[in-house]
Amino acid sequence: MNAPLPSEPEQLRVQGDGVELAVYRWGNAAGPTLLLVHGYPDNHEVWLPLVRELAAEFQIVAYDVRGAGSSDKPRQRQDYHLAKLANDLEAVIRAVSPERPVHLVAHDWGSIQSWEAVTEPRIQPLLASYTSLSGPCLDHVGHWLRERLKQKRPGALLQLLGQLVSSWYIALFHTPLLPELAWRLGLGKLWPSFLRRVEGIRQPHRSRSQAADGAHGVKLYRANFIRSLLQPRQRGTEVPVQLIVPTRDRFVRPQLFAHLPNWAPTLWRREVHAGHWQLLAEPKQLALWLREFIAHLNGGAASRALQQAQIKPGAGTYAGKLVLVTGAGSGIGRATLLEFAERGAAVLAADINLPAAERSAELARALGAEAFAYRLDVGDSAAMQGLADWVAGKFGSPDIVVNNAGIGLAGGMLDTTSADWERLLRINLWSVIDGSRLFARQMIDAGKRGHIVNTASAAAFVPLRNYPAYATSKAAVLMLSECLRAEMAGHGIGVTALCPGLVDTAIIQATRFTGLDAAAEATQRAKAQRLYRRRNLSAETVAQHLLRGIERNRAVVAVGAEAHLSIAQWRFAPWLSRLLARLNLAG
Amino acid sequence: MPAIRAHDLEQFRNIQRLAYRCAQTIAGELKPGISEKATAALMKTWLQDHGVQDWFHQPFAWFGPRTAFKGFDGLRHLGGFNLAFYPGKTRLEEGMPFILDCAPTIGAYTADIGYSGALGANPLVERLLDDLMAHRQLIVQLVKQRRPLAEVSQAVDRLCAEQGTLPRHKAYPFEVLAHRVEKLGERQRGPSIARFGVRNLYTLTRNALLTGRRQGWSPLWSSNARSDHAPTPGLWAVEPHLGWRGVGAKFEELLVVTADDAYWLDDDLPHVRRWQRRGLSTPQVAA
Repeated sequence: MNAPLPSEPEQLRVQGDGVELAVYRWGNAAGPTLLLVHGYPDNHEVWLPLVRELAAEFQIVAYDVRGAGSSDKPRQRQDYHLAKLANDLEAVIRAVSPERPVHLVAHDWGSIQSWEAVTEPRIQPLLASYTSLSGPCLDHVGHWLRERLKQKRPGALLQLLGQLVSSWYIALFHTPLLPELAWRLGLGKLWPSFLRRVEGIRQPHRSRSQAADGAHGVKLYRANFIRSLLQPRQRGTEVPVQLIVPTRDRFVRPQLFAHLPNWAPTLWRREVHAGHWQLLAEPKQLALWLREFIAHLNGGAASRALQQAQIKPGAGTYAGKLVLVTGAGSGIGRATLLEFAERGAAVLAADINLPAAERSAELARALGAEAFAYRLDVGDSAAMQGLADWVAGKFGSPDIVVNNAGIGLAGGMLDTTSADWERLLRINLWSVIDGSRLFARQMIDAGKRGHIVNTASAAAFVPLRNYPAYATSKAAVLMLSECLRAEMAGHGIGVTALCPGLVDTAIIQATRFTGLDAAAEATQRAKAQRLYRRRNLSAETVAQHLLRGIERNRAVVAVGAEAHLSIAQWRFAPWLSRLLARLNLAG
Repeated sequence: MPAIRAHDLEQFRNIQRLAYRCAQTIAGELKPGISEKATAALMKTWLQDHGVQDWFHQPFAWFGPRTAFKGFDGLRHLGGFNLAFYPGKTRLEEGMPFILDCAPTIGAYTADIGYSGALGANPLVERLLDDLMAHRQLIVQLVKQRRPLAEVSQAVDRLCAEQGTLPRHKAYPFEVLAHRVEKLGERQRGPSIARFGVRNLYTLTRNALLTGRRQGWSPLWSSNARSDHAPTPGLWAVEPHLGWRGVGAKFEELLVVTADDAYWLDDDLPHVRRWQRRGLSTPQVAA
């Protein structure tokens, strides 16, 4: 499966800060230099799959951190202080690449200690870039904790508690002797099967020094954590940083990086649906990102994905995300598009009415977003496929898809022709099927923790003799969303069905009333319009509720008192819903 | 009511230019920290220094979200007669939108203008100011076609829906898109009640309750049924006011309606010059 290593590495012994370090060098001496720093409880061997990928293009240097692999293992806890680790790193760079700055890549504890070097003014000139995986700067975490404590909001404290719970092992490492004993008594042997079963690594690497690496490495935690977290320092950097956030990481939560743009102004952020070690064990994606990033820093054009990953100062919560909305030329679609645009997302407005879509894109641009317009008939599966291809070619994949386009149709079963049904189901249901299918596939392939929103309606819960076709289509969209949600859960993709109540939008003007002549239809339409206008539920309100629902990954987002009431009524008093369904509202 | 002659139009044009000059001058003097009240007072002093002794209404100033009349509909049952319109303590900050609105009278002639902008850069305001152009074109075009005024106002509502903007002029008393401005008697000064000039208000009320009612038209031009009549000859202060995401922008200027035609009294106004500078001369949306 893996290509063999290009050659045995050149081995060097480098004098660090009072210890001797084992350093390994592979690859193309003419290429840019990558310096790899491993985490805990690993040694340099954890990088071997990545070395195989990249050795042809780069000169790659990895070393065993003090306490791991073949490097010296000081006995004293204070010898593992971050400052000494940063000095080691500096010594390695001065030994292997004294002339040219290196591109630093670090994982887990390697990343934590590399932050110390990256934020150290003395060492910064030696670094061309820093790619950080799953290891925050402890000082930044300290500030993050303080801020949560200071806010005194239940939500902030809950976040804090969550972080502490997922850091349980750190507390364990601070107990004397216990961790060392565990490593010596067999955890070292069990480690590969832990990686396989819990972390999902297919062929975990077996290291001979595993137990020793684990036992010595706990001193890293003991020497640094409490001091850094209780007395965080101001640590910023000018080095370009590529932050890689595996969203399924059970040890480091993504929220810890929320304020990184304040500390590292030249920042790219990439998210991937992966666990703590997965990117190292299956390094294709990481290799691609490193190539892109370094090529760009060396003067090449930034790929589309890299452009999106760049965090600009003051960017919103959706910065770097691409949001696709169908039916974005008016109503809820447009409002949703703009809500995302205002929060920093790049947005793609698709609508059958191109000028309307272009107008939405123009408004999004006024909000500072990057925006595109696309003419789309959602009722045409070929056109949906065309959109998916276009998105794949231009952007890779969207992060959020809102299957929103829809039409209304009123009139009893006996007045609705099969052609009416077909048209309605194509636009209201089949478009959601196509959109969900095509874009869920793209998100999975790109490893994105995306979100799919399907616009249903409160009508999905309200049987009524006057709109069998419309309510059926929306009930179908609701159930489709529920099933899709279950299927996508394992991929980290959220699915939400939006069920708004009576929202004053253009859909009423676009609703056909079957079985009526033109005059009667106009009267009905005006009547409905008046009702909706009096209700005065705006598309903007719906969009705001929807975004909150997406953030919390709600299965159903109902908006409007009438929506909540009818859902409750359908659940607790269906007989009443059935009784009311007989009322002829078109009478 | 006295008939409008060419000489009168000239006088109306002069006072309208004076009012816009006031708004532009004061807008140029705005600094962070100034309040709405202080700004309105500056405008009043400036106009008084330039010979104004009577008003349709004394100057108004709105800053920040108040430019979109955010929350002004809370007292809808008062029909828009709402103390929130009066200049308040809101202070201007960098990037904040503002609207200056004044309606000075000199002798028999009154202007009513609205001037929108932002302190520094505000892309939302720029967007709305661009969007207002289509409204200016649409309104005069439909009135030229002698369409009922209610229909014109409804067309403005529809254009807003297409644009994705909110017709915030509906927050004004009687939801008016425009109101009549009449030539008054030659008296130089008159009293004001609650910032509104009594002479102008009296004429407007008389038209609303007597003349207009007798002749089948309303001096308050809105989307409602009472404006369902052909364009009434005379002068109308038209004030489309767009709102979008907590930001508002408007213009207000006099439209001249004759028995068979309509035109803007003056095309040499700040917002029109702005569109010309930006090369936005083609109509965006046809009626």
